[in-house]
Amino acid sequence: MSLPPDEDAPLLDALRAGDERAFAALVDKYGPSLLRLAQLYVSSRAVAEEVVQETWLAVLTGIERFEGRSSLKTWLFRILTNKAKTRGQREGRTLPFSSLASDGDEDQTAVAVERFARGGAWATPPRGVPEERLLAGETRARVEQAISALPPNQRAVITLRDVEGLSAEEACNVLGLSETNQRVLLHRARAKVRTALERYLEDA
Amino acid sequence: MSTTATRDLPCQQIVELVTDYLEGAMDAPLLASFEAHLAGCPHCTHYLEQIEATIRVAGTITAEDLVPEFRAGLLEAFHEFRQH
Repeated sequence: MSLPPDEDAPLLDALRAGDERAFAALVDKYGPSLLRLAQLYVSSRAVAEEVVQETWLAVLTGIERFEGRSSLKTWLFRILTNKAKTRGQREGRTLPFSSLASDGDEDQTAVAVERFARGGAWATPPRGVPEERLLAGETRARVEQAISALPPNQRAVITLRDVEGLSAEEACNVLGLSETNQRVLLHRARAKVRTALERYLEDA
Repeated sequence: MSTTATRDLPCQQIVELVTDYLEGAMDAPLLASFEAHLAGCPHCTHYLEQIEATIRVAGTITAEDLVPEFRAGLLEAFHEFRQH
């Protein structure tokens, strides 16, 4: 299997050569995402910033040995989550990533059971999507709010997949999840966020 | 799941399969049942469209810029690293 060339290859080469502008460009490109991800694992923004700083230092230390078998983005996110998890554990915050997708909400269905008739056909069906309203900032804010209300591991998966645009394989690698667990978490996360989106679109 | 068991999927089951569908994680018989259901069910089609809309909107969310002090601190750490 041949991988597509990493879009960051030129920046990576420049960084290897010690170019500060390349470092600044990567910090601006990925720093905000890294900080957001770190905040899923640790208690405060200050600690999250430390984790992000440690991540960049690990990148500088490891860049000579980085062979580009994963994308730079996946590598960065993986270093970050490893460090953030360790830090979170030291703080006594643990995410149950190793247990089978457990969130304490195993019984939840994608859609409330009341919306179906006895045979499983829709009783209260969803409506069509008003495309023009999807572009509104308010819609985005509602979706963002729904994501931040998710249990941490669902939130990590939907953030990597749908917000950051990682592939399933990349998200599994970053979070150390099996393909199946990743999919279960993604399914629950998307279902809940969809419910919030539907509610918002129907209200107005 | 056997082919016979999946021939007539109710809507309630379809919504639980949407992620497997979008992830390409269905075997051929299940995929055929799923797509046949969608073709005849505008409600489940709307559901799928809402999930796709959710994904699209999520993709437009951006993380906040780093605060300038923190960004400056990272660049400083870069300099220190280069000096050692």
